[in-house]
Amino acid sequence: MTFEPDILTRLGQHNDESLESMGRLHARLVEAASSEDLVDVAYRILDTPVGSLLLAATTVGVVRIAFDAQCHDAVLDDLARKVSPRVLRAPARLDLAARQLDEYFSGRRHSFDLPLDLQLARGFRRLVLGRLTDLDYGSMASYAAVAAALGNPKAARAVGTACAANPVPVVVPCHRVVRSDGSAGGYVGGVEAKRALLALETANRL
Amino acid sequence: MSLPPFEVVVADHGTTVLRICRAMVGTDDADDAWAETFLAALAAYPRLEPNSNVRGWLATIAHRKAIDQIRKRNRAPLPVDRLPEVPGRCGEPAPRHDDLWTAVAALPTKQRGAVLYHYVAGLPYAEVGQLLDSSEAAARRAAADGMRALRSTVTRETS
Repeated sequence: MTFEPDILTRLGQHNDESLESMGRLHARLVEAASSEDLVDVAYRILDTPVGSLLLAATTVGVVRIAFDAQCHDAVLDDLARKVSPRVLRAPARLDLAARQLDEYFSGRRHSFDLPLDLQLARGFRRLVLGRLTDLDYGSMASYAAVAAALGNPKAARAVGTACAANPVPVVVPCHRVVRSDGSAGGYVGGVEAKRALLALETANRL
Repeated sequence: MSLPPFEVVVADHGTTVLRICRAMVGTDDADDAWAETFLAALAAYPRLEPNSNVRGWLATIAHRKAIDQIRKRNRAPLPVDRLPEVPGRCGEPAPRHDDLWTAVAALPTKQRGAVLYHYVAGLPYAEVGQLLDSSEAAARRAAADGMRALRSTVTRETS
């Protein structure tokens, strides 16, 4: 007579119907949570020519953009730890960012007009990001040149580190910073993605 | 260890909490109970101790929301008469899965709560007892009685 394990197994099973209900209930939760300001970090996944991008925003603005190569689950864990564990997939809050990125990847948009939340970049790294937004669409600068522009010509390596830690790549264009010898150098999204972004901009430059 | 993103909590426990809500308040009101449970859980989430039994914590909240809902409805807390019979197509018996959950919903309140909170949500009997306003020993007995009743349902099904 071993019915009990059978019952326990069945109590733990989910049927298709309850899984279907989850879509409806999740949407309802997001709506209620948004109206009560309980979604500290909203995110969505956007398909792009350089793979799927994770977009995340606080109530301040876009706080994180991540490539497949960075592992979206790990990035969400990181956001839960560093920003807030109240992280929900709430696509509507990222509609504006998604639209501008779509326009960028189709070559129609050359600069972003988005509120950003740069709380994940501090100190010198934050300064570097501020400098990067001055780089024009389709242009390139060396790590050393960015360091020099910040008044610290010896900090090329630190500029590279800041680019590698850029929480909002693409929108803050660290892909426009390359090695002094003209080679692409590393990139948060992988060097292939960096080359693709530079090629896109070269092709659509006026 | 730190808390995982709340999205993971919803993905991991959403269907189980829905089962608990349905067994507690019936199918019609289960969506409301589920939404209120997760909204309250989201509000309190940053204060949850890492490594807690998240499913048990959610069940505790669901229990309170279910009681609120039953009070609001102002009727006896037995949803049995509200649960639809689930007839199978072409006169075949309904899936055994649904029969079992119908049987859970039909248990007396304490037995149902004890089975849900101990066996489904994984709460220890001491905490189950607190939720059900009874002692740890009484909660243990109620869970055993509930399982025995479910077992006889299963036996009838299969014989």
